[in-house]
Amino acid sequence: MSTTTKPTVTPPASVLTQRRLPRWAPAATALGAVVAGIGIGAGAGLTSEIQWGLIAALLFVGALHVLSTRVEGSRKAKDRLATSLVWVCFILAVIPLVSLLEYTIRKGAKVLDGYFLTHSMNGVATIEPGGGVYHSLLGTLEQVALATLISAPIGLLTAIYLVEYGRGPLAKAVTFFVDVMTGIPSIVAGLFVLSFWIIWLDFSFSGFAGSMALSILMMPVVVRSTEEMLKLVPNELREASLALGVPKWRTILKVVLPTAVGGIVTGLMLAVARITGETAPVLLLVYGAATINTNPFDGAQDSLPLYIFQQWKNGNEPSYDRAWAAALVLIALVMALNLLARGVARWKAPKPGH
Amino acid sequence: MAKRIDVSGLTAYYGKTKAIEDISMTVEPRSVTAFIGPSGCGKSTFLRTLNRMHEVIPHATVSGTVLLDDENLYGPDVDPVAVRRTIGMVFQRPNPFPTMSIYDNVAAGLKLNGIRRRGELDALVEKSLRSANLWNEVKDRLNKPGAGLSGGQQQRLCIARAIAVEPEVLLMDEPCSALDPISTLAIEDLISELKERFTIVIVTHNMQQAARVSDRTAFFNLAAVGQPGRLIEIDATERIFSNPTVQATEDYISGRFG
Ligand SMILES: Nc1ncnc2c1ncn2[C@@H]1O[C@H](COP(=O)(O)OP(=O)(O)OP(=O)(O)O)[C@@H](O)[C@H]1O
Ligand SMILES: [Mg+2]
Repeated sequence: MSTTTKPTVTPPASVLTQRRLPRWAPAATALGAVVAGIGIGAGAGLTSEIQWGLIAALLFVGALHVLSTRVEGSRKAKDRLATSLVWVCFILAVIPLVSLLEYTIRKGAKVLDGYFLTHSMNGVATIEPGGGVYHSLLGTLEQVALATLISAPIGLLTAIYLVEYGRGPLAKAVTFFVDVMTGIPSIVAGLFVLSFWIIWLDFSFSGFAGSMALSILMMPVVVRSTEEMLKLVPNELREASLALGVPKWRTILKVVLPTAVGGIVTGLMLAVARITGETAPVLLLVYGAATINTNPFDGAQDSLPLYIFQQWKNGNEPSYDRAWAAALVLIALVMALNLLARGVARWKAPKPGH
Repeated sequence: MAKRIDVSGLTAYYGKTKAIEDISMTVEPRSVTAFIGPSGCGKSTFLRTLNRMHEVIPHATVSGTVLLDDENLYGPDVDPVAVRRTIGMVFQRPNPFPTMSIYDNVAAGLKLNGIRRRGELDALVEKSLRSANLWNEVKDRLNKPGAGLSGGQQQRLCIARAIAVEPEVLLMDEPCSALDPISTLAIEDLISELKERFTIVIVTHNMQQAARVSDRTAFFNLAAVGQPGRLIEIDATERIFSNPTVQATEDYISGRFG
């Protein structure tokens, strides 16, 4: 019977549909390119894996483009080209990051343990193993906290002034100086505090001296990021509040800041993360110490970047191990701050939902 | 409560550009005055000069006088914040505070006027939401964000927020332009109720709306693009819509404009 045979209907040619590469095509092309890259690289006797990878990347981009032009037409092929370039760039950017992390973890995990985190270098000779990073971790936390205490309020208030009140020459001047400050190299900030605070005013080396230099570096970052966040708050909200007869200062406090708080905190945390790894000012002003000094206002302290630098300078195996472990601690600290910032931003973001 | 507004010789600038020129009119208490006119003729600008919101925009200036029951709003010692508490405003686009719940949105202005006792606040929030015909829709979710409401509900929330502080005058800049006919009707009913207590000024592009809700209508126009807007005439709404004195008004209302 004719009803049992399925009619073979060719779908009507439509202007809205076109031939497409299957979903797995990019992945398959990538796989092929990698295999070919390794083959060509090894065959041509190239020793560097980076060269193999680059060959593979070029092959992938080229092959997918050609394939797509054949099957899907030129507009789609351009789209594929752009997408594959973005992917290749993404991978190029991520590889150093991941390998750095992987390398640091591998090297650092060797001596990183509870003992390392809770002991100082007091009485440990540089060439012997043992000792720890406690005094540096403490120093870094105190110095960064002090620097944040100084620069966060000043930076926030400056940004509020610039966005909400600043008109005319004063605002222009402030913006200009913030721009100039952004460009100050950290060593210059360190030298400035050194000549002013330690040489001229004759204070001793201390964590606080380091904090001052760090806050010089941090302040413009805080101002800039806060400014951007405040500018994102729609004017309509300010007007709605002002039209209710709410004074301007209260509008800023109750409407503008709460709306922007997620972004402001994120910017603040990123600025903190940024100065946590600063070495130059700490080297000049905190001086470094092998023992625990809990008072940041008096006497030399240590800090993580400084610790890494000095251990590496020692130039022996146990010191190298300590340097790597401290580097791992530093990375973990900065990462924790970033994650915290993201958490706060998500938690504080205005929720449009139900 | 409601007060009368007397404007004379009012001119407003944005920087060096003159947006409206030499406007004089009287807004009667306990009535609805509608502003109509083509886009860009300065209705919003004029409305904002009535509660000193114009000067919030950088470089925007005003000259002339606005008397609120004989007190000049632009007098030397007048506090714009106090003016805005007396003359409330509803904007064209609903703008609830995104970080606040429905309840806090309505209470925002009240808390400022020193009302902090929970019981009193609760009562006033409920009263305002009822006045804005929103209570039944939101009474079960007062603590949810105001931004989660529909556009029409958000606009009524903004009206509730504005009337919660019991202003003498309520300025509304195209309050229904983003709303469906049912919400529009709800707000028009609301306006008719509110005019018992407040002096209301409403900007609208909807002729039927002006005819339905307003007692008096003012027609604004500009001589040419780039020229400042002017008040052409203001009169009882029936007169404006049946027998205006100026030809341009009739052309505009009947759609034979430009
Ligand atoms: N913030 C501003 N800065 C500079 N010029 C402005 C600003 N707001 C409005 N204007 C100008 O002032 C004039 C009047 O604008 P306004 O918003 O008062 O018109 P409108 O009658 O409310 O128009 P619409 O019916 O479209 O809302 C226009 O020419 C406009 O370009
Ligand atoms: Mg307008």
